[in-house]
Parts: sequence; C-alpha cells; structure tokens
Amino acid sequence: MKTTSNIAGKTKEIVKKHGKDKSSMIAVLQDIQEAFNYLPKQALKTAASAMNVPFSRVYEAATFYTAFSLKPRGENIVKICVGTACHVRGAATLQDKFERTLGIKPGETTKDKKFSLETVNCVGACALGPVVLINTEYHGQVTMKKVDKIIEKINNEGAQR
Amino acid sequence: MVNLIVDGKNISTTEGTMLLEAIRGAGISIPTLCAHEAVSRSGACRLCVVEIKKGNRTRIVTSCLYAAEEGLIVDTKSERVLNVRRLVMELLLARCPESEVLQKLSKELCVEPQARFIADSDKGKCVLCRSCVRVCEEVVGVSAIGLFSRGSHKTVGTPYNEKSDACIGCGACVYVCPTGHIEMFTTGDKRKIWGRTFKMKTCDTCGRYFAPVDQLKYISKKTGVPLKELAICMDCR
Ligand code: SF4
Ligand code: FES
Ligand code: FES
Repeated sequence: MKTTSNIAGKTKEIVKKHGKDKSSMIAVLQDIQEAFNYLPKQALKTAASAMNVPFSRVYEAATFYTAFSLKPRGENIVKICVGTACHVRGAATLQDKFERTLGIKPGETTKDKKFSLETVNCVGACALGPVVLINTEYHGQVTMKKVDKIIEKINNEGAQR
Repeated sequence: MVNLIVDGKNISTTEGTMLLEAIRGAGISIPTLCAHEAVSRSGACRLCVVEIKKGNRTRIVTSCLYAAEEGLIVDTKSERVLNVRRLVMELLLARCPESEVLQKLSKELCVEPQARFIADSDKGKCVLCRSCVRVCEEVVGVSAIGLFSRGSHKTVGTPYNEKSDACIGCGACVYVCPTGHIEMFTTGDKRKIWGRTFKMKTCDTCGRYFAPVDQLKYISKKTGVPLKELAICMDCR
C-alpha cells in the first residue's frame, strides 16, 4: 500500500515532468490517476502546492471530468458503453447483467478490489455495439453469455492492461 | 463618446461602458443577479438580457457583458426580451424555490412557479453564478471555495466539503452572493462559515469583536502592516 509520503513524492515527480504551468494540470491529474488508479486527496494537495494553483481549482478540475475518480478503483475497470448506438443494442440489459454478476453498481468497486464498474457515453466503436471496455481491451457485440466468459477469463488469466 | 438608442431614447455614454450601466444610467431598470461591482462579470444568471438591433438584424444579448456601440438600437422590454427573461426566471425559481430574493424578483417580473419545471429541493438558494468563488479568488486572494462536479450535481463549497485552511473567515462570499445561499453566523467571539469556526478579534479601542483573527493575520502578511496596527475596527479609525 502507498504511504502518504510516497504519494507526495510520486506526485512531485509528475509535476516536475509536466512543468508548473497551470495548463499542465489535466496532464498531471491523468498521470496521478495512472500511478495510483485514482486521485488520492494527498496527491491533489501536493500537486496544488507544487504547481502553485489553489487546491480548490485542482479539486474543481478533478470533480469536473468523469474520467477522473476520487475513490480507489479496482484492478480492472469495466466500462459499459451506454451511448446511443450501444443503448439501442441493449446496453441497459448488459449493464444489468454486469451489475448482478459483479454485485456492484456503476461507480462502485467489488469487495475483493478486483473490478470497478463504470458507464461511458460512446467509446467511438459504435459499429461493434454493445461495447464493453475492460481496461484497454474493447469487447464488441457483447451478449449475456459472453459476460460470464469474459469475467471468468479475467479471474483465471488476468486481463489486458 | 458613443451614442445609442435605448427604448426610443437617445443616450450617450463613454466607450467601453457595458449596456447594463448605460441603460441603468438612463433611468431604465434591468433585473440582475450575478453582476456585482466587486467581481468580474460572468454572464451567469442571464436575467439582464436585452434585444439589440444592428442594421436589419436583431439579437438577444446579456447587457452586463455587451459594450455599448455607436448607433446601436436597444430594446429592453420587447416581447422577445420579456419571453426570454420569463423563461430564465422560471428556471431559476425551479432551482431555488426557497430563495426569498428569487421569490421577490419573480413577483416583480410576474413569473409564477411552473409545473413543467420540477422544483429542486437539494440546491439550497445557490444559482451557481460563481460570484462567491470569484471574489474569493480575485479580491480576497485565497481561493478557498469553488464550484465542484458538473451538470445537475454542481455545487459550491470547499474541497471535499472539509474545513478549508485557506479560508480566512472574511465573509466576502456572503457579501456578494445574490441569493443569500452562504451561511455565516457571527456571535460574540466566534464566527462560523463553510463549516469552520473562527476566533474573532476585539478592537483595541472600543473592545467590540470586529474581524476574525485569521483574516487580520492574512492582511498583515499580505500588506506587511504589523498586526498591531490592524487591531482597530473601522468605526474607531
Ligand atoms: S453561493 Fe451565491 S454567490 Fe456563490 S455561486 Fe451560489 S448563488 Fe452565486
Ligand atoms: S455508442 Fe457505444 S461505442 Fe458509440
Ligand atoms: S447580470 Fe448579466 S448575466 Fe447576470
């Protein structure tokens, strides 16, 4: 587990890489999320003071973009596309299936910290709908049957990062 | 000087003056919420709309952000203006039904709550104009508060809704808030705001509590004036 001081240390490194200019804030937040899988409070505080930007401005940006998470997320992030094209191809039932299989709602993480569930609005692969994005892997034309298989596979062999 | 016509009256004003000031200067009233002399303009409330005519084209603009132009023909009470303003007012009222300021304003504009806009019960009196955030950043310079999240979840507050170490308890946000959303209680030697309790300082001359200690410390640090010299209230200076 990450301790407070190495969260701060890593954050300072990230700020150093991007520079202190206010315009690099989003890039810094993206890298923080990449490093810790979410945006820890300590990291936001450290980034704010290292970049000389008010903490409130950093928190505004962090809460504005849905791509950022303020809560620790699971090892694997399951993003169900609920955009228009996927919606008409049954994203809602698919979402329901994932919710029941994993026992969590969007925005939540399983107890074993293995999965987090999120919904997104169109991932730009509409022809493949309904689409489910797991970490970096796109699963197209996902059916109810496929859901169990996908999860089983990840449980046994891990997932693409 | 620029010359323009407002509701049929000839008006002249200095270059760079916003329509809002030009119009009010001519004795014509315009309802506003977010325009405040202490902060930069945001155009957030949309109540100050007027119709302008340039050549053959007319359009609706926010008067608080539109600078007066030579030859501009402005209508502050056209059917179109009144319709837009009414709709804006209806939406504001649906967001903050319990705001006395909005209730009063909508009475003046003859606007009633509309059944088709479901009234919110979780927004308090905040219309998200950002004036409080602006004053905290632009005038006070501590940026303790912000507008967080987005869309219908957007709220004003301190990061993580926690006590802010940046806040100095000055109450400038309360002063600029047009709707009275921000709560501040000052009793005796204590002031409560944004979830934090501040210790008040007594005036060295009259002995009354007049400002939070943290605010005086901040001013002293910023201006270099020794804390001792700041320990006298406005009335005793
Ligand atoms: S609290 Fe008041 S000043 Fe701040 S955004 Fe809301 S309405 Fe505007
Ligand atoms: S709507 Fe799902 S990928 Fe476009
Ligand atoms: S006063 Fe012009 S938009 Fe609010």
